[in-house]
Amino acid sequence: MADITIRGLTKVYPGGVRALDALDLDVAEGEFFALLGPSGCGKTTLLRTIAGLETATDGTIRLAGSDVTRLPPGRRDVGMVFQDYALFPHINVLDNIAYPLRVKRAARADRYRRAKDAAGLLGLLGLDGRRPAELSGGQQQRVALARALVAEPRIFLLDEPLSNLDARLRLEARTQLKRLQLHLGVTTVFVTHDQAEALALADRIAVMEAGRIRQLGTPVEVFRRPANLFVAAFIGSTPMNLLPGTVRDASVTVAGARLPVPDDVRGEIPDGTDVVCGVRPEYLDFSEVPADPAGGAFGGTVSVIEHLGGSSLVTLDGEGGPVRVVVAEGSEPEPGTEGWAVPRPGRVLLYRDGELVTAAAPAMAPTIKDGGQG
Amino acid sequence: MNETVREVLRRIGLATFVSAVLGFFSLPLLWLAFAPFDADPGISASLPEFTLHNFQLLMDNPYALASLRNSVLLAVGTAALVVTAAALAAYALSRVRVPGRDALLYVLLLLSSIITGTAAMVPIFLLAFNLHLVDSRLGVILVLTGGLLPAAIFLLKDFTDATPTSYEEAARVFGASPLQILRHVVVPVIRPGLATVTVWTVAQVWGDFLMPFLLLRDPDKAPASVIMYTFYTEGGQPDLPLISTFSLLYSLPVVLMYLFVSRRYGFRFHGGIKR
Repeated sequence: MADITIRGLTKVYPGGVRALDALDLDVAEGEFFALLGPSGCGKTTLLRTIAGLETATDGTIRLAGSDVTRLPPGRRDVGMVFQDYALFPHINVLDNIAYPLRVKRAARADRYRRAKDAAGLLGLLGLDGRRPAELSGGQQQRVALARALVAEPRIFLLDEPLSNLDARLRLEARTQLKRLQLHLGVTTVFVTHDQAEALALADRIAVMEAGRIRQLGTPVEVFRRPANLFVAAFIGSTPMNLLPGTVRDASVTVAGARLPVPDDVRGEIPDGTDVVCGVRPEYLDFSEVPADPAGGAFGGTVSVIEHLGGSSLVTLDGEGGPVRVVVAEGSEPEPGTEGWAVPRPGRVLLYRDGELVTAAAPAMAPTIKDGGQG
Repeated sequence: MNETVREVLRRIGLATFVSAVLGFFSLPLLWLAFAPFDADPGISASLPEFTLHNFQLLMDNPYALASLRNSVLLAVGTAALVVTAAALAAYALSRVRVPGRDALLYVLLLLSSIITGTAAMVPIFLLAFNLHLVDSRLGVILVLTGGLLPAAIFLLKDFTDATPTSYEEAARVFGASPLQILRHVVVPVIRPGLATVTVWTVAQVWGDFLMPFLLLRDPDKAPASVIMYTFYTEGGQPDLPLISTFSLLYSLPVVLMYLFVSRRYGFRFHGGIKR
């Protein structure tokens, strides 16, 4: 059974800004769910509306089967971690963690015992008596987590939980967060603008733009088969190559190359249709040997080489614009030489009118897309 | 060489200037410290011919000590009203969007100086008279509260504006009621602001002369600031032994309160919000 069910949720701010636009969403029990998108896409508004800190203009929110759309936040059985942590500065760590229990009028001994358990779970033992100002950023983040989970809420909401940590600590905290969520098995929704964070943590991701969900899927689906050009451009630490082309005779003419139309959509696209051909730099192989453009390879001059650590990102300037290829460490070409980028089989995606062309009827509503071939 | 001379001259000039300013401010304080213990206080500061006789004179005066008690009553009453009302108003004004909120606040601030000032003396008296609040401490407290409230709201709103809303949102998510949020979160976080406003209000009331002078008829109810005005000899000369001693007693409570509050509440909490 879905733990969070959202139907037709709309939020219009005073002044007419439509932050959420008739949004539907189901989050399964125990799922680790990411709301991902650029700033201003409505992801934080959605989280705050689930928490009850914003009231919905229209639509319904059900948590564990019961309608909470009009309930105040305190009666929704959610725990929340704020982006700025919002630890109360005038009380110590243990009192901060125990605060939700204090509001629920738990007995003093009971609430300190449970607060200590939560502190232990997050490795905060020994910091009980400190004030928030005396903690490091990572410790503050863990106190905020402990405070959110101490009352064992049904839903766990995290607003950019890692964005205030420095880069190194963020990776560590990310692993710890995933471990914690697995351990507790509590339904968790988190907001992030960092696609790498969403891919790493979430069981499923909703990619949002302008108050709508543009794609809903597992990290693998979202990464391998972005449902539209927005998601294609947003996901991936190295941006996807998106090249305009035209379909002719079961092949695509794009950037001076002729690629065969992928098997699963052959016959779906009439001749003469303008498409955008998308292929990730990770799914291209670099070749210094001249490849046959008709066999599907992008030719060009090596212009820029960016080291990514274990691999390098090579930019080829071809006739259709730059094409980026990820090349394994040690086999980087020299700048100025000629090279070819050969797509791996089944990794080329075609977009018509901004939407991915799929084997079934052209996808109209990406939210009801199933696993695909990802 | 020339450089050194200029530097020395500059330093001498600076020292002279600082000494002059210092003297200007410290002479009255020296007078306040010495005159009460002088057998024959004048209007200049000089080493006293030590005596405690002046304090004996003060104890014998029928109004002196009672007036200090009246001052405390007025100050505490006004401070309690001002801080409570200003805290609620400042919190509401800082959290709820009201059209024209800032304009309203500025207009109130502007007008408030009139309420307790000489310009509104007659209407205030008539108002108090018609409300039967003349010669009542409550009347003075209400008028002073009205006059001080806008500035207090203004001061406190700065503190509440600087408090992130996520503190309150966190408390709300965990189920706290509005009153609990106020008690558990908002008041402790803005406590330095509350302390500041309390001290400021008490000091204002303590030093105010016009309103109690205007509204209180009975000398038994008059506060210290008004009573001091009555310390004249039969010949119409200022009764300096009484005035100097009373001035010392009159100024001590405010200084002590300031020191106490600054030690107890003068710190601010930091952290808990990652910036």
